[in-house]
Amino acid sequence: MKIAVCVKSVPDTETKIAIAADKSNIDQSGVKFITSPYDEFAIEEALRLKEKTNGETTAFSLGGNEVTDVLRDSLARGIDNAVHLKDDEFESLDPLSTAKALAAAIKDGGFDIVFCGQQGVGGDNNMVPSMLAELLDIPQVTLIVKLEVEGNKFKAEREIEGAHEIVEGSLPALFSAQKGLNEPRYPSIKGVMAARRKEIAVKDAAALGLKGQFEKANRKVRIKELALPPVRPQGRRLEGDVDTQVKQLVQLLRMEARVI
Amino acid sequence: MGEGILVFIEQRNGQLRKASLEALSEAHRQSAAVGGQVVAVLIGENIKSQTPAIVKCNPSKVFVADGAAYGAYSTEAYAAALTEAIKKANPKYVFSANTAMAKDLIPRVAARLDAPCISDVVEFVVEGGNLLPKKPQYSGKAYGLYEFNNPIAFCTLRPNVFSLYQSSNNHDCPIEDLSANVDKVRAKVAETHASAGQKVELSEASVIVSGGRGIKGPENWPLLEGLCEVLGAALGASRAVVDAGWIDHQHQVGQTGKTVSPQLYIACGISGAIQHLAGMSSSKVIVAINKDPEAPIFKHATYGIVGDVFEVVPKLTEELRKAANN
Ligand SMILES: Cc1cc2nc3c(=O)[nH]c(=O)nc-3n(C[C@H](O)[C@H](O)[C@H](O)COP(=O)(O)OP(=O)(O)OC[C@H]3O[C@@H](n4cnc5c(N)ncnc54)[C@H](O)[C@@H]3O)c2cc1C
Ligand SMILES: Nc1ncnc2c1ncn2[C@@H]1O[C@H](COP(=O)(O)O)[C@@H](O)[C@H]1O
Repeated sequence: MKIAVCVKSVPDTETKIAIAADKSNIDQSGVKFITSPYDEFAIEEALRLKEKTNGETTAFSLGGNEVTDVLRDSLARGIDNAVHLKDDEFESLDPLSTAKALAAAIKDGGFDIVFCGQQGVGGDNNMVPSMLAELLDIPQVTLIVKLEVEGNKFKAEREIEGAHEIVEGSLPALFSAQKGLNEPRYPSIKGVMAARRKEIAVKDAAALGLKGQFEKANRKVRIKELALPPVRPQGRRLEGDVDTQVKQLVQLLRMEARVI
Repeated sequence: MGEGILVFIEQRNGQLRKASLEALSEAHRQSAAVGGQVVAVLIGENIKSQTPAIVKCNPSKVFVADGAAYGAYSTEAYAAALTEAIKKANPKYVFSANTAMAKDLIPRVAARLDAPCISDVVEFVVEGGNLLPKKPQYSGKAYGLYEFNNPIAFCTLRPNVFSLYQSSNNHDCPIEDLSANVDKVRAKVAETHASAGQKVELSEASVIVSGGRGIKGPENWPLLEGLCEVLGAALGASRAVVDAGWIDHQHQVGQTGKTVSPQLYIACGISGAIQHLAGMSSSKVIVAINKDPEAPIFKHATYGIVGDVFEVVPKLTEELRKAANN
C-alpha cells in the first residue's frame, strides 16, 4: 500500500504572536516551527498502516526553509520518503492554491491513501484536505477518530456535533485526522540519526507544472490585514464574602452584561 | 460576476441547524450592500416541512434537494446538489455555518468551482459592494481580514456570532425543487451514534459552564450540571480533565477541542492556559471562579470570583434559581 501524508510546518503553539511590519503575516523572527499537531496523528496513522500492510509512506510539505525540519521530523518518526514543495511563487499560499500544488505532487504517485491533519494550526483554515480530495477526484472522510482498512474498503469514524458518524467507502481515499485517532509516537534517537542522512526531494513550481499560476496578481484571495485581537476591557474582581460576590455576579450578569 | 448570496442550510434528521439560520440572517443583512438576492438551499430526505423556518429569515427563494440520495450524509451527493444550486443561482457569495459538515463539504465544492474560501468568519467589512471576511487565526491570537478576487467566493460563518433575524410578517417565497446528478458516491455515512449526555451542543450553546482540574474528580460533575440546568447551558471542560478521563473529548474547549463563542462562559477551576483560552476567548462575557488569585484566567475574565468552586457554585446555582423564579 502506498500512503501519502501532508504535513504543515507551523509556528509553535506557544508562540507569542506579533504582527509583521507589512501587516500580512506574523513577525517570524525567532519563531520556532513545528509539525502541526494534527499532522502528528496523520503521520502516526500512516505508520501504523505501513506496518500492517508492509507499505510505503511519503510525506509532502509545501513551504519555505522552515519545512526542512518538519520533514526531518516525519522521517525520524519512520516515514520513508519526503518531498518539499518549494518555490518563491509559493509564498503565503492560500488553501486552494496549496491544495493545487499538493495535488500536482501527489496525483501520479499511485497512492492508495492520503492522510492530512484536520487543521493546520495558525492558519486555522480546515480547508486543504477537502480541496485536495476534490482535486485528486477521490472520496474523503474529514475529522476522523478511527480508521479500519480491509482490502480496498474502509470504515472511518468521524466526530461531528454531539455524535459520531461511521463512514464506509472504497480506496483510494483521503482522511483528515482529528485528535483521538491515535497516540503519536516520538521519534527514536536512531530514527533522528537516520533522518539526517536521508534525502529530501525538492520540487518547484516548474517541476509541478504550475509555473506562474500562483503569482500574486493571479491569486483569488489575499490578506488585506493581519491584526492583533481587540484588547478585552479590564475585567472586574468581585469583592466581599461568597454570598455578596454571588449576589453581585447575578446582578451584573442580568443588568450590566445582560446575558441571562 | 455572480450576484447575491446563496446560503447552504444544514439539517440533520430533519432538524435545522440554528447556526445555518444565523448565516442566512447575516446574508439578509448584507444583501443591501452586496446587491442581488438571497437564496437558501436545503439538502436531505423528507425535509420539505422544514422550509417555513427558513422562509422566516426572508430569503427570496429556497431550493430543496429532497431525495433518498441525501438521506445519509455523503460528501459527494451533497456536493453535487450544492454545486447544482450554485449553478442555478449564480451567486457572488456562498455562505454556510462553520460546522463539522461545512468543514467537510464547503471546501470540496469551492475547489470544484475553482473558488476561494474563508472559514470561521466572525465579521464582514463592506467595501464598495464587496464583503471582506475577517477570521480568527493563531487560535484567536490574531485576526485576518481578507479580500477576494474572483467572481464567486465561499465563507463559513462561526456559530453564535451573527444574530438571528426573523421577519414578523409572512412573505411569499418560492420553494423550488432541485435535482442533481448524483453519479459518484464512493463514501457514505452508514451509521450515526449520538454521544451520550450533552443536551445543548457546545459550539451552538449561548451559555457554557466549563470545569477544569479544580473540580477535583469526575464524581463532582453534578455540581456543574446543576448550574448548567438553571442556565440552560452546555457543559465544557479543559483538556486536563479530558485527558484524565473524567469526561468525553466532545466536551473539550480549546485549541485541540472546540472553539466556542457563547454569550456567557463560566470557567470553574480552570487555570486559563493559552490553549484553553484559544477556544473561548471570543466569548462575550467570561466569568472565572478560581481559588488562586494569580490564575491567568482572571486576566481574561469580565467578572472574577476568587474562591472555592465547591462553595461558590452551589450558592451561584441557588441565586440564579431564585432570580429565574422572580
Ligand atoms: C498542543 C497543546 C494543546 C492543548 N490543547 C488544549 C485544549 O484544547 N484545551 C485545554 O483546556 N487545554 C489544552 N492544553 C492543555 C493546557 O496547556 C492546560 O494544561 C490545561 O488547559 C489545564 O487544564 P486545567 O485548567 O483544568 O488544569 P490546571 O492548569 O491544573 O488548573 C486547575 C485550576 O483549578 C484551580 N483550583 C483548584 N482547586 C480549586 C477549587 N477547589 N476551587 C477553585 N479553583 C480551584 C487552580 O487554582 C488552577 O488554576 C493543550 C496543551 C498543549 C501543549
Ligand atoms: N503547506 C502545506 N503543506 C503540506 N500540507 C499542508 C499544507 N497546508 C495544509 N496542509 C495539510 O492540510 C491540513 C489542514 O490544513 P489547513 O486547511 O491549512 O487547516 C494540514 O493538517 C496538512 O495535512
